[in-house]
Parts: sequence; structure tokens; C-alpha cells
Amino acid sequence: MTVEAENAVLPIAIRPSPFRPFLEWTARRAEPVVISLGAVLVGLALFSLFILAIGKSPVQLFQVMYTGAFGSWFSIQNSLSRAAPLLLTALCVALPARLGLIVIGGEGAVVLGGVAAAATALPLVGTVSPMLALLAMAIAGMLVGGLWVGLAGFLRHYRGVNETISSLLLAYLAIALMNQLVEGPLRDPASLNKPSTSPLPAEYMMGDIPGMTLHWGLLIGIGACILSWVLIELTSFGFAARIAGGNVRAAQIQGLPVGRLIVGFTAIAGSFAGLAGMIEVAAVQGSANASIVTGYGYTGILVAFLARHNPLAIIPVAVLLGGLEASGGLIQRRLGLPDATVMVLQGTLFVVILLCETFYDRFKVFNPDLWKRS
Amino acid sequence: MGFAASAVPGFMASSALAQAELAVGFIYVGPKDDYGYNQAHAEGAAVVKALPGVTVIEEENVAETVDVQKSMESMINLDGAALLFPTSFGYFDPHVLATAAKNPDTLFRHCGGLWQEGKHPANTGSYFGYIHQGQFLNGVAAGHASKTKKIGFVAAKPIPQVLQNVNAFLLGARSVDPSITCQVIFTGEWSLAVKEAEATNALVDQGADVITCHVDSPKVVVETAAGRGAFVCGYHANQSPLAPEKYLTGAEWAWGNVYSNFVKSAQNGEKLGNFVRGGLKDGFVKMSPLGTAVTEPARKQFETTFTEIMTGKFSVFQGPLKDNKGNEVVGASQAFAEDAIELESMAYLVEGVVGSTS
Repeated sequence: MTVEAENAVLPIAIRPSPFRPFLEWTARRAEPVVISLGAVLVGLALFSLFILAIGKSPVQLFQVMYTGAFGSWFSIQNSLSRAAPLLLTALCVALPARLGLIVIGGEGAVVLGGVAAAATALPLVGTVSPMLALLAMAIAGMLVGGLWVGLAGFLRHYRGVNETISSLLLAYLAIALMNQLVEGPLRDPASLNKPSTSPLPAEYMMGDIPGMTLHWGLLIGIGACILSWVLIELTSFGFAARIAGGNVRAAQIQGLPVGRLIVGFTAIAGSFAGLAGMIEVAAVQGSANASIVTGYGYTGILVAFLARHNPLAIIPVAVLLGGLEASGGLIQRRLGLPDATVMVLQGTLFVVILLCETFYDRFKVFNPDLWKRS
Repeated sequence: MGFAASAVPGFMASSALAQAELAVGFIYVGPKDDYGYNQAHAEGAAVVKALPGVTVIEEENVAETVDVQKSMESMINLDGAALLFPTSFGYFDPHVLATAAKNPDTLFRHCGGLWQEGKHPANTGSYFGYIHQGQFLNGVAAGHASKTKKIGFVAAKPIPQVLQNVNAFLLGARSVDPSITCQVIFTGEWSLAVKEAEATNALVDQGADVITCHVDSPKVVVETAAGRGAFVCGYHANQSPLAPEKYLTGAEWAWGNVYSNFVKSAQNGEKLGNFVRGGLKDGFVKMSPLGTAVTEPARKQFETTFTEIMTGKFSVFQGPLKDNKGNEVVGASQAFAEDAIELESMAYLVEGVVGSTS
């Protein structure tokens, strides 16, 4: 039978057409977008009920949120500056997640990365150029952060310790260690009521992106997300990791170095969080002290899960979450709502999005096979 | 919506400043109703709110990160704030300093910092109070109430402002009975409820029967101590509603006075002080009303000491005084006035305090 003849007997809906490959491609990619957006809408609807219940107007609230998050160039920069550290701390969750590991202790790597960067800077200030000092600080932060979270990966593979628990406990250890160091050996004697390391001179700080009130951390974070996507999607190392994440036994039978993959991925993840700590010290705080315990490590968990551990999706999700946090202040000031409002919204969204995970593979419309020639 | 009018662009705000309302921003590191540090400041803001010609804007739970810089800028850009009170100690360096440098027309007054001329921008300044005087008075009440002659202190961090309070509490109690000792436990964090409860229980277990604290929110300490049957002395704000029977008195901030003075000066176009300090007599610090458990002799000594402090000539730290390692820290003929700058770098625990700064 010729192709034309075959087409003539097939129902119109499944006739091959030049659009089919495109539809197939779209169907595969539309699933996470539609389900996530749907989850966000449901979450917002639930949150609106909550706002109605406390006697405020959800419409007005969303308007204020938009003003505070993206309503002006100032607000956009406000949101982006809050998103910057979340990009890196979300990677600390997303990368191990591709191996099937749930690491929630990125906060520890942030804190120790910051301390390591500040300690590295001490002997370098005044002896080497600012550029070189910043590079050394970044390397130190990444090394220490990588070591810290890599340890959780190591314990997981070689000692069978649950990485979720160990990474969380390691985060508490890290904060205690930081306090000990900045109140003891690393303390600047001039820091009386807020024990800190010696402050970085202004010329050794990371500075802002020209023309903006945003530090370079945002671009570094975006770069790290793109790099991670390449690592996972386009390299054999990433491919092996995805196999191991899908089925460890199968990966082992294939002869993949699962141990090295786990330690390697957790270490890379930790080094990103460590870099976030370095940036917090070099671009914002100017020294390491209790203020670098920011909670970015924990917000990163939320970002990574909302992005379904896709490094590229982390970028828009982090910006959205940064916007939510940026709008928190305006919600308090304009509507007299408590600060917890934004946390209620974050929590609602998180739960709804996790619930919606169960909808994957449930809708035929997203099945690429439907759009294939039968 | 109605907030287009309040978001006056900068040029309009400055030209209309004389007639327009003065927008004053308050930023807190924790919740406004924490029965402690933040509540004390929020109560001050509430006093300002009642003044004519003032709009108060507030934000709570703002972290000591870029968050507070953005909150300050947002108050300036979106709400036209002309005077800001970022109240957490950790906001000052680098956040207030960086934001003040970028916004030279806005005034910043910060709680607790040590503003230095030449080093810090002229539109910034710091204010604080000699609240160790209040802890000394707490100690007087505690000294009378204690039967075990052991009192306890739950402290956040071994820094000068906290050490002053620990030492003053013990010295106050020793002005009643020189055999009293005070055990101090440092939790390491400004706000860590679990450790505060553990520390309080540990102090009571070791025999302390009057407890006070210096943490951001004394709520947990007060409730835990009272629950275990110990007396409590408050700090930062009035916690007597939490333990009416066990609450002796408390060292409270009186920020309402301080903020009103700043705001009135700003409204009159006067220059605001850059380094402002004061104690009980200056209305920076006040005491909670004495509780029902305070006995008559205790009330008498409390009032005598109170009157003495109100003259401004009373020294909490007077020699001879040793630290708890046996070194002399205040000479026999020496006495530090309430505003002695040496007190702001205190690094020791006095004899009679059981505990260590490291």
C-alpha cells in the first residue's frame, strides 16, 4: 500500500502529519509545566481562602505582592537579590536528588563555606590583588562545603547512614563549629558585641553588577545552574548518575562506580552551597559571623523540590520565591498582615506541589505515544 | 488600592516635608510579640504611632542579611520613610552603614551599636541604655527571694552587653546577702527555645530558686522557671502576665521615650544625636511593677537602691571587685560611672558567678 492509500484509510486524528513530532515533543515537556502551574494555581486558591478567613481581600493581597516583587525596577532587583543565594543552595539539593538522595543539610555547607572564605581572606588581604583573593576565597568555600556534604554522601554509601539525617545533623555541627571559630581563634578583637572575623576591606568585596544594586552572586548562581544542567543532561558522568538514581542495583550490575558517583555528586552539591556562603561573606556581610546562618540552605530545599530537581527550572523558581520574600515586607506594611503570611503561602504551595507529583503519568494527553503514528 | 498616595516620589516628599507626615520605619529581627527584645521595640513604635504627624511602618522577622538592606530601601523608596530604626544589633555593620551611604537624605538610628565620628556616616547614629542597672535591681529582689542562696542566669552569648547584666544581677543579689552565688548558662544563640528551656531546668535542678535571663525572648525561660516553682525576674519587656505569682520584677526598655524624642527632634528639624545613651534616670530603662511575691523588706531595699540609681551617681561596678578566676578587675578605690566606656568592653564574670565566658 502506498503512503497516500494508507492515510486514506486511517482516521484523521492519528494520520501522520508534519506536526506529529512537534506534538510529541510538546506533550512530553508540557506535562511538568502544566502540572506545576496547576499546582501553583490550586495552592494560590487555597491560600486565598485562608486570606478570606482572616478577613482580608486576596485580590488586594496579590496586587501588593506583585508591587513588592516585580512592580518596579527596584522591586525586581529586590527579588533577584533574594533569589541569588537560593540558586546555589537549591543545587545542593537538586544534584544529589538526581541520584535518589535527599540532602537537606546545605545550610551547614553555606555556613562553613563562609567561614572558610573569611579565614582564607585574612592572610591574603593586602598581599595579593582583590581578584586573586576572591578566587582563593571561592575555592576555599567550595572545598569546605564540598567536603561537608560529601561526608554525608560518603557515610551513606560506605557506612549506610541515612544522608537526610546525617546532612541535617552535620548542619547543626557546622553552626556550632562556626560559633566556636568566630568567638575563638578567628575572632576580630574589635568585634565586641557581635563576634566576627576581621572585616574585608571594601576593595576586597565582590561588588555589584554595574548599573544595578545586585551583587555578582546572581550571575554566578545562574552560571552554576546552567553548568549543572550540562553536567546532568549532556555528560556520561551525569548519565551514569541518572541511571544510579533510577535503580542502584541495575547501575551496579552495569559496573557503574556508584560509590564514586554518590560521593562526587554530594561533594559538587556541597561545593555550590559553600560558594553561596563565600558570596554571602564576600558580597554582603564582609566578615563571617552568626549572620551567615541565613536559612538559605533550607529555602533551597523548597526551591529544588518545586523545580523538580531540574537545574534550569531552579532559575525561575528561585526568582519567584525571591519575589515572594521581597513582597513579604510590603504585605506587612500595607496590609498589616503578620510576616508569617508569606510562610503560610510557601508551605501551602509546597504541600500542593508535592501532592501533585502523583498526577504524573496519569493524563493520557501528555503521553507522547498518543501523538505517535500508530 | 489607596497606596499610590503614600508612595510619594522622592522629589515630592522632600518639597512637602514640612507639611507632610513624617514616615518612620521600624525593623525587627523577630516577631513583634515575643515578650522580649522585639516586643520592647514594637511597644516603643506604638508610642510613636500615637504622636501627631507621624506615619509608622513596621516589618518583623527581617534577617540580618541583604534582606534588611532591601527592607530599608523598600521603606525609603516605596513608603518615603525619612527616619529608620533598624533595631537588631546585627543590622548595623554592614547593612545600615551600606544603606545609609546610598541614602544620605534618610536618617538611621540603630540600637546597641557604637557609632564613631569619622568612621560611620553622619546620617547614622546609635542609641542604647544602661539596662544593667535594671538587672542590679532584679538582683536585689532576687537576693531577698532566694532561700537556697543560689540564683541562675540564662544568657545568650558571652559578649560585653550580656556579661554586664550577669554581673549586675549577682552584684545586686550580693548587696542583700554576700554569700549568694549565681550560675550562668550560655545557650550560644539569641533565640533558641529548646536550649533556653534545658538551661532553665538545669539551673533549677542545681538548686537555683530565682532565674533571670538575657535572650531575645524570655518567654520560655519565664514559663519554664515558674513551672518548676522558681521565682523569675524579667528582661527586655514585662513578662509578668506569663507568671503572675512568680514574677518579682523585671528590667525593661522604655523605648517609647527614646523614640518619641528622636521623632520630635526630626519633626522640628533639629539635629538628632549620633551617640545617645541613658539609664533609669534618663527614661531609657524602667522596672516592671513589683510582683505579689516581693516581701516588705525586699520592697524597701529595692526602693532605696532605685532612688540611689535615679540620682545618676550610683555605680553598679565598684571596687574592690575580682573576677571569678581571682584576678582584680576593679581596683579598691575605683568605681565605674553608669556611662563609663570601659563597661562596653566587659569580658569577665565577677566573683560569685559560677560559669565561664569560653
